[in-house]
Amino acid sequence: MAFEPSTGAASARLSMLASRAWEGVASVLRFAVVVAGTFLGLLAITFFIGRVVPIDPVLSVVGDRATQEVYEAARQAMGLDRPLIVQFFAYVGDVLTGDLGMSISTGRPVVDDLARVFPATLEMATIGIIIGVVLGVPMGVVAATHQGSWIDQVIRVLGLLGYSVPAFWLGLVGLAIFYAGLGWVAGPGRVDIFYDGLLDPVTGLYLVDSVIAGEWDIFWNALDHLMLPASILGFFSLAYIARMTRSFMLDQLGQEYVTTARVKGVSERRVIWRHAFYPIRIQLITVIGLSYAALLEGSVMIETVFSWPGIGNYLTTALLTADMNAVLGATLVIGAVFIMINKISDVLYRILDPRARR
Amino acid sequence: MIDWLLDDSPTSRLQANMGRAWRVWTALLRNPLAVVGALIVLVLVVMAIFAPLIAPYSPVGQDLANRLMPPSAEHWMGTDELGRDIYSRVVYGARITLLIVTMVAVIAAPIGLVVGAVSGYFGGWVDRVLMGVTDIFLSMPKLILALAFVAALGPGIENAIIAIAITAWPVYARIARAETITFRDSEFISAVRLQGASATRVILRHVLPLCASSTIVRVTLDMAGIILTAAGLGFLGLGAQPPLPEWGAMISRGRNFILDQWWVATMPGFAIILVSLGFCFLGDGLRDVLDPKQGEKQ
Repeated sequence: MAFEPSTGAASARLSMLASRAWEGVASVLRFAVVVAGTFLGLLAITFFIGRVVPIDPVLSVVGDRATQEVYEAARQAMGLDRPLIVQFFAYVGDVLTGDLGMSISTGRPVVDDLARVFPATLEMATIGIIIGVVLGVPMGVVAATHQGSWIDQVIRVLGLLGYSVPAFWLGLVGLAIFYAGLGWVAGPGRVDIFYDGLLDPVTGLYLVDSVIAGEWDIFWNALDHLMLPASILGFFSLAYIARMTRSFMLDQLGQEYVTTARVKGVSERRVIWRHAFYPIRIQLITVIGLSYAALLEGSVMIETVFSWPGIGNYLTTALLTADMNAVLGATLVIGAVFIMINKISDVLYRILDPRARR
Repeated sequence: MIDWLLDDSPTSRLQANMGRAWRVWTALLRNPLAVVGALIVLVLVVMAIFAPLIAPYSPVGQDLANRLMPPSAEHWMGTDELGRDIYSRVVYGARITLLIVTMVAVIAAPIGLVVGAVSGYFGGWVDRVLMGVTDIFLSMPKLILALAFVAALGPGIENAIIAIAITAWPVYARIARAETITFRDSEFISAVRLQGASATRVILRHVLPLCASSTIVRVTLDMAGIILTAAGLGFLGLGAQPPLPEWGAMISRGRNFILDQWWVATMPGFAIILVSLGFCFLGDGLRDVLDPKQGEKQ
């Protein structure tokens, strides 16, 4: 009798815990459904582009110089006589089992091609985002704490240019100035020709592979080649990250608790970094995630200019030869990575920000 | 006249609308950057309309004796590898740029508005389905999607416009939905509905006009991105085809000469930057005037 209330409390606590756990499971499930739905949507779009938009999908896969037998065989293989919805599920099944078809220009499975070129893009975009974060975040903080100063103006101008300068044009101008004019950096490509093919592709990232192999010559050469395209990508993320950091910081610095901290006599440096910057780092994760994803996309143009053998170059080469399997495969991979990065930064935001946890 | 425009109790709908337009206009004029932006856009439009009068040479006329000449008094921006005057080509290129941005806006904005308004007005499963599709499009990389569409449709200016429009509409759908939800349950909508107006009529006559101002702001701000995408497609050889003087395609042709004849590739780039900046400035100014809420959030 005496411990009935306590069992009541315990069971209440238990049911509360259970409901909280259930909420957690439910939110994970909801998230999984959203992600799966988005991927299915991506597949639907690439399917639509590959099978419905072209007047003759077979022709766009085999090319217009194919013989009648090849054409018929491809038509059979693509199962174009089946209903569209059956074709779609067959396509989803193929993609899930890692079959993206053959590329007509390289003659290899598109999946193998993509696995080979992806590290080059990843390397460039990663160095780009590092440049963007390392320079952009401090610049944004300084711009917010010194409103109207020259650095504030610089960030305004950079932000505007980030929206209005074509990346491929900046790449060309950069090559003309820093490679041809000043000779500060190496030209197009990932390494000089005589270093080509010397590295064992362990990760496919030249900077990492060369260190593993202990080939420091190649490391410095690769860095030399990487610097300009990565800086140009970095410029675009810097422009965005600095602008967002500035506006987040201004938001925080205008809050009353910051005034309180100042009145208490907390040093300005502590106010800025501990009180104002600390809370915005979560918002910054989302911003950095978004711009990392945008860099993967932006590298398509930059790679074309710098003959960078990455996924963007692969995609644009495929576009010009109307190699649809390769185009759709590259679109699918870039789209999937883009979605993944966005969703992951979304999740991180929810985990780290107590207010976003419901 | 100004008193009539600024009258606090307008006697006709025309007077009210004119007065509102006048207030927006004067507020815009107080913002120097917005004025600069408006001027740049105006210059673009004038260039496009009067290209034959403004351009000193033909945009396609070749003059092989004068190929790859540096900028001079005769050829302000130099000549390209076929001896064509780059300045004249940039002027004519304004027509293509203007055509692309106008067509994309005309196609994408109404689609987005209708999807968003229908979604917000009806709610329920209609909302869930439409916004599901919108979100899927929103989470795709735009440039890649446009590239893939053009690859399937075939290169060309019309297909570039269609591809960009397909990637541009979801933003407007989101905006229209958010706006619609805020006044879906308000009394004036109920009043119209009680008078027997159909859902189509309510959406077209009463919901969409209220979404217009935020959409106009968003479209203007998006123009820079549309110009860059179009130029990117042109650069890759998927947009306007030669000999059309499209700015992106001109940069692509100048690629081979970038190390020695820098002007061939750089000049059209300056045109792209200037026009994009113009739309950014104008869009920022319009946002401050028409949609101050949105400005605070950013």
